[in-house]
Amino acid sequence: MQAYFSLIGFGPQGWGAQLAWATLMTLSVSVAAFATGTVFGVAGAWAKLSGGPVLRGLADAYTTVLRGIPDLLVIYLFYFGGSALLTRLGTLMGHDGFLGLNGFVVGMLAIGVVSGAYQTEVMRAAYLAIPRGEIEAARAVGMGRALMLRRIVAPRGLRIALPGLGNVWQQVLKESALISVTGMVELLRQIHIAAGSTRLPFDFYATGAALFLLLTTITSLLFRGAERRTQRHERAR
Amino acid sequence: MIVFRMGLAAVTALALAMSMSAMPSAMAKDWTKLVIATEGAFPPYNMTTPDGKLVGFEIDMAHDLCARMKVECTIVAQDWDGIIPGLNAGKYDAIIAGMSITPKRREVIDFSVPYVSSPATFEVPKSMADLPMLGERINLDDKAASDAAIAKLGSALKGKIVGAQVSTIQADFLKTYLSKDIELRTYPSNAEQDLDLAAGRIDMAFASSSYLVSAFAKPGGEKMKMSGPFVTGGMMGAGSGVGLRKADTDLKDKFDAAIKASYADGTMSKLTVQWFKIDVAVKY
Amino acid sequence: MDLAFLGETLLRLASAIPTTLELAFVSVSIGLALALLLALLRASSVIGAACVRAYVFVFRGSPLLVQIFLIYYGLGQFDAVRESFLWPFLRRPWWCAILALALNTAAYGSEIIRGGLAAVPAGSIEAGRVAGMSRFTLYRRIVLPLALRQALPAYGSEIIIMVKSTSLASIITITELTGTARQIVSDSFRAIEVFVCAGLIYLAINFVLTRAVLLLERTLTPHARGVPR
Repeated sequence: MQAYFSLIGFGPQGWGAQLAWATLMTLSVSVAAFATGTVFGVAGAWAKLSGGPVLRGLADAYTTVLRGIPDLLVIYLFYFGGSALLTRLGTLMGHDGFLGLNGFVVGMLAIGVVSGAYQTEVMRAAYLAIPRGEIEAARAVGMGRALMLRRIVAPRGLRIALPGLGNVWQQVLKESALISVTGMVELLRQIHIAAGSTRLPFDFYATGAALFLLLTTITSLLFRGAERRTQRHERAR
Repeated sequence: MIVFRMGLAAVTALALAMSMSAMPSAMAKDWTKLVIATEGAFPPYNMTTPDGKLVGFEIDMAHDLCARMKVECTIVAQDWDGIIPGLNAGKYDAIIAGMSITPKRREVIDFSVPYVSSPATFEVPKSMADLPMLGERINLDDKAASDAAIAKLGSALKGKIVGAQVSTIQADFLKTYLSKDIELRTYPSNAEQDLDLAAGRIDMAFASSSYLVSAFAKPGGEKMKMSGPFVTGGMMGAGSGVGLRKADTDLKDKFDAAIKASYADGTMSKLTVQWFKIDVAVKY
Repeated sequence: MDLAFLGETLLRLASAIPTTLELAFVSVSIGLALALLLALLRASSVIGAACVRAYVFVFRGSPLLVQIFLIYYGLGQFDAVRESFLWPFLRRPWWCAILALALNTAAYGSEIIRGGLAAVPAGSIEAGRVAGMSRFTLYRRIVLPLALRQALPAYGSEIIIMVKSTSLASIITITELTGTARQIVSDSFRAIEVFVCAGLIYLAINFVLTRAVLLLERTLTPHARGVPR
């Protein structure tokens, strides 16, 4: 047991500092990916709800495809395809030579685009769940579109969407482990390196699982807190 | 249309900004800056320390070669099975990752002249009886002799599970010559292969002998030994070289000159002795 | 566009479809059986419920890839495991993948079934009791069919997720669809075309599966057919 703690501790033989840093990387790439996904989610939900047939079709294709293929493939595609596309775009702009994306950006975009497909569905459902009466009332008092979005749709929709978004966040956090295949040193990659170099795979993978559990638990508590906050005045009624 | 163009320009500008901040991509063709990819999991050629630093024979060699070429080098880690597509996709400008120069790889990328050469052989648990032809050499260039030797090897290995790293000369050799006798299991890196050999999931591994020397020095490695013949020649290639894009012939000339200069003043041999305990430098 | 290469790639990838489907089918079957057991255990006693909650917490809270690594590389670390009767199974990457996938989907499945069970109207159960059904008959004839019908849409998504998750088996040397794609990439050094082809095959599989689940839903809900909604 003591041997185990010196192994994952912060001593000279310990992997503690690397694991802490890697956990931070996992957290930051997940946050970046989730934010990217929110941008895609808002755009997708908007296209599905109020776009023309072309936009709606595109949004449908986006959610169908991204939810139908393994995330691992999406990461491979962004990893290898992303730089080829960038290079071609760069040449178009008169830039000579190759352009690349690092593991962080690849992970952020790949996981972000996938989570965007799920966020699209969550946000669309949330919008549809806003009581029509409230929107009609807002129209009746002469609110403009922007004001209505800010005062009614966004706060009301967010409250309804929060549990769904919480689930997508958990998913993003766990999928971020897949980015390890690009060689970016996040939590799983660091665990993998440590397991290979010490030949103690069980100790390290179990530690990895525990660290991920810690992350998902803490963040899910945060989401639950936010849910409770947004529902405060509803309970008071 | 104008809106579309503006949008495209904006997206491209964003992408450019992102990629430039993301990576010190070598775009200048005068090669003052170079990004080199290595695997970081193939000791003693290249490996990753607990704190994430890349070290190993090839890291030292790359710094030496870069100094000789008067270029500023950044070394990045890249998983083996994507290392060639990554080069051609422009993620970096050169591969220095113990990559053997083979005809198949030459179809898609170019190589410098080789810098080290070490034959491939089998790794088995010490408890296992030795394979035939222990310590002998099979030279694939001598077809008549090697065919007979491989037939003998094949019958000794019948039904065994043999591991090798994916997309290596070792995996290709097993696939081409022994696929009807053995079950081949391929791994993304040698680390996974060693874990499976230690666990007994595979009966033996087939790898570069210089890699095996270092694998034996790691925890658990003391239970393993080399066995069977050393395989060279033919598809096993002509030693390890620097992988380069076909278009960059000027860069190849620079690397060739630097490698030869490094051999000429004894640096290359000194580095191989330091990391491999034996001189495996290619002679010029 | 190199059509000959694309054709050859599709052909090689197609030969790996059975492995992917087999992985998904076997792990979903085992996982469903496990999920039912877990759901029943959860309803049985306080201790049972606590154990199931802990199980679900661990398997839903950590990445599947970590679970696969833990089972595949982690268990092999112990001599006791290697000398046990389980080793002939755990020695094979295929069974390790099945084990990880099944344990993982069982956690999600048990939650789906719990939701389904909770949605069974109390009136139906009372009606069964009034008719003098035993506990077993009650479960077999009323509770489980109603719960399964209720849970089917969510379980359908879980099956799709499992088909996608089988791609992770490629990381422990199994040459299913994604593993084969990676091999083709490492042979041909061409990545994008190969991964796009593989993606299309996954899409096709999941499209067929989605349709099949919809069809099953309609057969299991005969009273809803033809009713204007």
